[in-house]
Amino acid sequence: MTETLVSYSLIAVYSAMAIYTFAFIMFAVDLARRSAESSDASAASATGLAAASAQQASVMQAASSGGTATLTASPASTGDAAIVHSPKSLRIAMALTVIAWVLHVSAVIFRGVAAGRVPWANMFEFTLTATALIVGVFLLVQFWQDLRFLGSFITGFALLALGVGTSSFYVDVVPLPPALQSAWLVIHVFVASLSTGFFALAAGLSVVQLMQSRREAGKALKLRFLDTLPAADRLETLAYRLTVVGFVMWTFTLIAGAVWAERAWGRYWGWDTKEVWTFIIWTIYAGYIHARATRGWRGSRSAWLAIVGFAAVIFNFTVVNLFFKGLHAYSGL
Amino acid sequence: MASTHSSDSEAGDSVTGGDATRPSDHMDAPTPAPESKITQPKLGLAGYGRFFWRQLTSMRTALFLLLLLAVAAIPGSLVPQITSDPNGVIAYRNNYPDTAAILDFFQVFNTYSSVWFSSIYLLLFISLIGCVLPRTKHHFDALRARPPKTPARLSRLQGFTTRTTEADVTTTIDSARGLLRSQRYRTELYGDSVSAERGYLRETGNLVFHAALVGVLVTVGIGGGFGYTGQRVVVEGYAFSNSLASYDSFNPGRFFSDDALDPYTVALDSFEPVYEIENQQAIGQAIDFTANVTTTVRGDEPQQSQIKVNEPLSLSGTNLYLLGNGYAPVITVRDADDKVIWSQPTPCLPFDANLGSTCIIKVPDGLDQQIGMLGFLYPTAGTLSSGALASVYPDLVSPVLTLEVYEGDLGLDNGQGTNAYSLNTDSLEQIAGRSSDAETLRLTPGDRLELPNGLGSVELTSIPRFVSLDVHHDPSQLPVLLFAMLLFGGLITSLFVPRRRMWVAATTDAAGVTTVEYAALARGDDPNLEAAVADFADKHSQQLRVRVES
Repeated sequence: MTETLVSYSLIAVYSAMAIYTFAFIMFAVDLARRSAESSDASAASATGLAAASAQQASVMQAASSGGTATLTASPASTGDAAIVHSPKSLRIAMALTVIAWVLHVSAVIFRGVAAGRVPWANMFEFTLTATALIVGVFLLVQFWQDLRFLGSFITGFALLALGVGTSSFYVDVVPLPPALQSAWLVIHVFVASLSTGFFALAAGLSVVQLMQSRREAGKALKLRFLDTLPAADRLETLAYRLTVVGFVMWTFTLIAGAVWAERAWGRYWGWDTKEVWTFIIWTIYAGYIHARATRGWRGSRSAWLAIVGFAAVIFNFTVVNLFFKGLHAYSGL
Repeated sequence: MASTHSSDSEAGDSVTGGDATRPSDHMDAPTPAPESKITQPKLGLAGYGRFFWRQLTSMRTALFLLLLLAVAAIPGSLVPQITSDPNGVIAYRNNYPDTAAILDFFQVFNTYSSVWFSSIYLLLFISLIGCVLPRTKHHFDALRARPPKTPARLSRLQGFTTRTTEADVTTTIDSARGLLRSQRYRTELYGDSVSAERGYLRETGNLVFHAALVGVLVTVGIGGGFGYTGQRVVVEGYAFSNSLASYDSFNPGRFFSDDALDPYTVALDSFEPVYEIENQQAIGQAIDFTANVTTTVRGDEPQQSQIKVNEPLSLSGTNLYLLGNGYAPVITVRDADDKVIWSQPTPCLPFDANLGSTCIIKVPDGLDQQIGMLGFLYPTAGTLSSGALASVYPDLVSPVLTLEVYEGDLGLDNGQGTNAYSLNTDSLEQIAGRSSDAETLRLTPGDRLELPNGLGSVELTSIPRFVSLDVHHDPSQLPVLLFAMLLFGGLITSLFVPRRRMWVAATTDAAGVTTVEYAALARGDDPNLEAAVADFADKHSQQLRVRVES
C-alpha cells in the first residue's frame, strides 16, 4: 500500500515537472513577445514613460517638502500596459502552471498519506513541499497583484529544485525518529517553508527592480520586455510588502523553533548551525526593513539585501542541511 | 502646506509627517536643509559626545551593525563551538593545532560569547535604546495630543478628491467627523474642516517590538545566570539524587549557589525503546524511547512517571530531558580463589546507529596488578565479510561482548582526573587480545571465561540499559517566552497597522452647493492610502445623500 502511494506520488511529481517545463517555456515566450511588442509600440511606451516621469517629478517635489508619505505610496505609475496585455502565451503559461501545481500538490498529499505523517521530514520531502508552497504563493498572489511576469523565474526555480530533489535527495518513506515526533514539526517546518515562498517572490521582484532601475537610469539594457513591467519604485513596494509577510513568518519560525528546541533538546537556544543560519537570515531581513527606512538605502541597495537574504535561505536549506554538523540532522541522506 | 519646521505642533511634528525624534537619516525624519557652507564652531567635549551619540543612534549605524552581526555569526557555524559541540572542538584541536591556536586567539570556538561578537550586539542594543527612548516619550506626547491643523491646500496631499453635496457645511463636517470616529480615527475640528489621525498602534507596536528585544537580551543575560544544567547517566535499577556530587557533569550559571538544588531522587525502573521492524527501508530505526522512572521529592510519596524525547519531566522547578541511551553490561570479575572483586554495570558509549558500543572497564583493586579491559558490545552481532563483528540491529537479539584485557598501572592513583570512557595503555601490558598470546575474550550473557595467567575469571552477568538525563533549571525561560510573544505581536502591528492622517474640509458657494475636499497623509508604509481616501469620500457622500433626502 505504502509503495503504491509512493509511486503515485513520484508519477505525480514527474508529470508536474514535465508540465512546469512547458509552462516555463511559455513564460519565456511571453517575455520575448513583450520585448517584440514594446519596440512596436515604442510611441505608446514613450507616452507612458513621460507620464511616469511626470509623476516621478511630482513625487520628488512633494518629497522635498515633506516626509515619507509621498515617497512610499506612489500608486501604479506604470504597469497599466502590463494589465492591458493578457495575451495567449501568458494565459497558456498560467494554465499550465496551475495544472502542474495541482499535480505537484497531489504528489505532496500522496507522499504524506504513504508516510502516515506530514510530508516534510527529510530533504526530499522538504524540497517537494517547499516548492509546492512557493508556486502556491505565486499563484495566490496573482489575485492581489499581477506578478505573472515572474512566472519564468518561479517555474524555473521549482523545476530546478524538484530536479535536484528527485535525483539527489530522494529517500524512501521511513518513520519519524523520536525527536521529530512533535506537533511542532507540523507548525515550525510548514511556516518556515511558506515564508520561503514569499522570500522567493520578493527576490524575483528585487532582481527585476534592479534591472528596471538600471534602465530608468538610462543605462543601455537590451531587455526590452522591461518596458512592459512596473516601474522600479513600484516593484520595490511590492517586494517590500511580500518580504514583510515572509519576515513575520520567519520570526514565528524562529520562536516556534526555540519552543520546540526546549522540549526536544532541553534548551531554547544553543547556537546550533541551523539556529545560527536562521538567525543570520532573520538579521539580514531585519536589515532590509531598516534599509528601506534609511536615507540613501532605499532602492537598489535594499533590493540587494532582499536578494542576499533569499540566497541565505537557499544556503541554509542546502549547504547547511547537507554539510554542516548540527542537531538539525534530518536530511535523511 | 505647512513647512517641515512648522511651529504648529501640538503633535510635536509637522503636518507632513516629518518626525523630529527619528534619527536624522530616517526616511520619516525632516528632510535636511540643503547644506550651505557655514563655518562650524569648534566642538567642545560635550559637542563631540553629542556627535558620537548621534552617529551611534543613526539609522545608518544601526543598519551597519545589524548586517555586521549577520556576518559575525557566520564563523560560529563553520567551526565547532565549545557550547554546542565540545567533542568537535577537541577533534579540531587535534587535527589542526596551528589553525586552532589562531582560532583560539580570536575566540572563534566561543564565537557567541566572544568579545567581538558581544561588542557588536551590545553596540547595536545601545544604538537601539538610544533610538527608542526619545521616540517613546514622543509617542506618549502624541497619544495625548490633538490631531494637527488642517493644511491650507489639501489638493497637494495624497489621494486628494472632492465631492459635492447639498448639505450645509456644519452637517457635512459633523457627519464626516462621525464617520471618521467610527473608523477609529481621532478627530479634531478646525473651522470648517475636520482633522483626523489613526493607527497610533503602529508606533506602539514598533516600540514594543524593540523594547521586547531588549527584554529578551536582558532576561537571557541575567535570568540565565541563576540556572544550571547537569548531566547524569542512570542505569536501569539505579537512582540518582539532585545534588552536586551525583552529577557526571554540571554547568552552573554565574549566580548559582548550591542551595538552589532541590533535593529529589530519580530511579530508572526501565527503559523501553521501540525499533522499526516492518519497513524494509528503516529496519532498526528508533521510533520511540520511553524511560519509566520513580521520582521522590523530599517529604512526598514516590511517584511513577515517564520521560520521553519531546516530553521532558518537570520536577521541583527543573526539567529532566531524555537525551541518550545505550547499554551498561554488568561485568563480574573474580580472583583465583573465586572471590568477587568487581561486579557493576559499565555504561558503554555507542559508536553507530545499531548501538555497537565501546566499553571501558577498570578494576583497580583485588588483584596483584590493576586490570583494564577494552570491550566492544554488539547488541545483535553479525559477521562482516572481513570476518569482523558488527552490530546489525540495536536491540538485544544476540549480544556479544569482546574484551581485550590489560594488566599494569591504570594511572588512577596520581591524583589527576582520568576519563572514564578511555583507557590509557601507556603503562599497561595486553594479556588477552590481538597483540598478546591469549585471544580476545568473547562473551554472551551468562558466559564466564578464565583470565590468562590464572588470574581469575570474568563473567558477563547481564546487560541492562542506561539513559543519559539532562537536568535543567532555567528561570529565564518563561520571561523570554513572554518577551518573544510581545515581540511578535509588536512586529505584526508595527508592520500591518496603517498610520494615516485624513482631512475633510467643506466650503459652500453662492448657489448653496457644498464642495467637500478629502485628502490624507501616510505615516510610514501605507500602500492602501489612496484607496482608503476614495472609499471614505464615497461612504461620506452616500451618508450625506441619505441625510439630505430624509
